[in-house]
Amino acid sequence: MRFLPYLLAGVIFGFVMIKSEAASWYRIMEMFYFQSFHMYGIMMSAIATGMTGVLLLKRYGRLLTLDGQPIEIPKKEPGHVNYILGGFIFGLGWGVIGLCPGPIFSLVGMGSIGALAALAGALHGTWLYGFVKNRLPH
Amino acid sequence: MNNLLTWLHSPWPWYISGPLIGLMVPLMLWIGNRSFGISSNLRHMCAIAQPKAVSVDFFHYNWREQSWSLVFALGAVLGGFLAGVVFANPDPVDLSVAALTMFSHWNVPIAGGFLPPVLFDLNWLSVIVMFSGGVLVGFGTRYASGCTSGHAITGLSTLQLQSLLAVLGIFAGGLLSAHLITPHLFSIFW
Repeated sequence: MRFLPYLLAGVIFGFVMIKSEAASWYRIMEMFYFQSFHMYGIMMSAIATGMTGVLLLKRYGRLLTLDGQPIEIPKKEPGHVNYILGGFIFGLGWGVIGLCPGPIFSLVGMGSIGALAALAGALHGTWLYGFVKNRLPH
Repeated sequence: MNNLLTWLHSPWPWYISGPLIGLMVPLMLWIGNRSFGISSNLRHMCAIAQPKAVSVDFFHYNWREQSWSLVFALGAVLGGFLAGVVFANPDPVDLSVAALTMFSHWNVPIAGGFLPPVLFDLNWLSVIVMFSGGVLVGFGTRYASGCTSGHAITGLSTLQLQSLLAVLGIFAGGLLSAHLITPHLFSIFW
């Protein structure tokens, strides 16, 4: 029962990934070639909504989480190089397969063998990172 | 009822889907102070699969504490099944004219669905391309501690500088490979 809210949130997220077509290889190429406003509209309105939601949560500070904790926004670890380089490497992959991790999971749900291959690759890439982590600049 | 069904089967415009994605940020905070993001599940899955004999420190932690995140990913798979199979959109993606022209130059058919058929289905091109691209996605997202959801959406909407750096890196990498690699893939393999 404790996990039900996360399952529902995940279902909504996966559903929207498909319905927004953010999980479409075609849409991602269209975005990287600046041929449509669609993906930029999604990103900008998502950030604006997220920002407004977080501001409201902060403003009404007495609002608690479902399990009764005060709301705190998790902070990213300090660093520069890892964010830029990691982002760049991820981007190189995204510009070819047209799927970022969210859509990979949604397309696996659609039964795409290609997405399953991408998931297998992503797991290997993640493992490789863990293996060489200490030798990389962060 | 018919209207609802039509709506569930059609793709949604950016001004509906964008805000829904953005709502995930306050929603996950409200559910349990969680940072909305999906790629960390790749790490948890590695942690689950890691054999004791080849223990890599990065995967040596109690992944059970992150079960909520794996449940979220499971939900994303189910959501993909619902939206993509049960309420599938019968029509091809409604792309801009510029994109349609470009894809016809690339010899990529605009079929219904989300990947060109040659990448979606089982064949050696899809396995090689999708797997290698996936390796970059998995490596990069862990190196950067997040992907589009954790950085572009959560990080930017909570005004975190690290996420801005990650987003700039992501976009630079994507522009480079989408322009220099992807157009040639189809001509090489066909």
